[in-house]
Amino acid sequence: MTKVEILGYELKNPVIAASGTFGFGKEFDEYFPIEKLGGICSKGLTLNKSQGNKGIRIYETPAGLMNSIGLQNPGVKGFINDELPFLEGKDTVIFANLGGHSLDEYLRGIELLNESPVHFIELNISCPNVKEGGMAFGIKCNTAESVVREAKKLSKKPMIVKLSPNAENIQAMAYSCVEAGADGISLVNTFNALAIDIYKRKPIFDNITAGLSGPSIKPIALRMVYEVSKVVDVPIIGIGGITRAEDAIEYIMAGATAVQVGSGNFIKPDITLDIIDGIESFMEREAIGSLEEIRGII
Amino acid sequence: MKDGYKEGTIYSNDEISPNIFELVLEGDFHGLPGQFYMIRGWEALDPFLARPISIADIEAGKLKLIYELKGKGTHIVSKLKKGDKLSLLGPLGNGFNLKEEGRIAIITGGVGVAPMLYLSKSLSGDVDIYSGFRSNAYFLDQIRPYVRNVHIATEDGSTGHRGLVTELFNPSDYDLVYTCGPMPMMKAVIQICKGQVDVYASMENHMACGIGVCLGCTIETIRGMERVCKEGPVFRGEEVVFHD
Repeated sequence: MTKVEILGYELKNPVIAASGTFGFGKEFDEYFPIEKLGGICSKGLTLNKSQGNKGIRIYETPAGLMNSIGLQNPGVKGFINDELPFLEGKDTVIFANLGGHSLDEYLRGIELLNESPVHFIELNISCPNVKEGGMAFGIKCNTAESVVREAKKLSKKPMIVKLSPNAENIQAMAYSCVEAGADGISLVNTFNALAIDIYKRKPIFDNITAGLSGPSIKPIALRMVYEVSKVVDVPIIGIGGITRAEDAIEYIMAGATAVQVGSGNFIKPDITLDIIDGIESFMEREAIGSLEEIRGII
Repeated sequence: MKDGYKEGTIYSNDEISPNIFELVLEGDFHGLPGQFYMIRGWEALDPFLARPISIADIEAGKLKLIYELKGKGTHIVSKLKKGDKLSLLGPLGNGFNLKEEGRIAIITGGVGVAPMLYLSKSLSGDVDIYSGFRSNAYFLDQIRPYVRNVHIATEDGSTGHRGLVTELFNPSDYDLVYTCGPMPMMKAVIQICKGQVDVYASMENHMACGIGVCLGCTIETIRGMERVCKEGPVFRGEEVVFHD
């Protein structure tokens, strides 16, 4: 009943674990069978292995948190060789989230992923925590467009482009990415944000700013999903502050085909199961046969 | 499958020293010295994250935690009363390697004394504890029956030696050192012991998930960035890379 289709792949339900909040699935599989998820996004990958950022990486804010992890990851090859075999054995849809510091890095990453069993590439042009990378491609439409166009030419996998809410104009950004060949859009990544230690008179984070996520950003992210759904015809995956089934349903009513649960995974390892169950009970209560019936209904 | 968050019922929750609380919970608890639980004493989404608190003791299914009043989360927990419920996830992380014999020093700073009751009860060698505090000493009365000597240092001289706890101990007197406390103190302990005696240090960091996925709590080690919640919280002193 909860199943949804994205670009030819059927997801059991619209709930996907968001990149950077689910590792590569192993830790969560100790708490619940991760096959129950509609899909799983890998931790953000870069072509080469990365140790991530120094200093404080996590800072809690009212109903949210800021992070500056900096894409600590085993590299695309490390992912394919050491992490993907575990995920591949699971009956769920796999998204490889790919970031990059340069166009060349993105392209070489895609070449490697093309030959792997992942189902989707989620092109991350929105990580705010890597200098001269990630988000630098996701602010201005023309920069994003050129990366997406080149990436799409090379990709043998359906490609979802993950947008930054820090884009100059979210509708124009989504439209440009789809024009450049994006098969789908996911949004939003974290909001660029600032926190200050007033006793040290310094920013909390070494990079000064960091990415804000969690329930506090949900209404803004939801508005962006709604706006984007008005200008593109490709599937949209809604992300931002989802901790309950009701949140996920709001995103679907705003126009999303599926949703990603991010920092919510940190507060309860099996929070995604609660959300999936909640969506199912809502559909029963409201006599909804398919999520198609309520998608973009507002 | 591991248990997810489960409920604990508060048996007692007392302020044992200014801003320091001893919380005892009834439920089905287990764990090893040095492991920790994520605790959540509220339904709401603010505060967003649970709080990592190390196991102070487990006896007859009762879990004892010592926590310092620091922010919104611990403030909420401090207001809870006997019979109130908490959500807990754990035990998490890797605890202390337990040594069966020899001369052992435990060195703590502030609320870093918390895991040392359970640790000292689990050790069978000759154990001395050196504990530093800003002002009042606490929790040591419970540890005293399980150790040979208790040494106290306070910054204001109100109890024991006036000054730093690291001034009190001589590494050559020991075969092994366990430490927990503020980073500068643990860094000093590790430096003093270098080349003389092995140190196991229980590290602390900002933490979001507690189960190894967010990569928020990593520290630099000789092997690269490692997770306090997963590879730690206890690391060998020589593995930890400190920067000035």
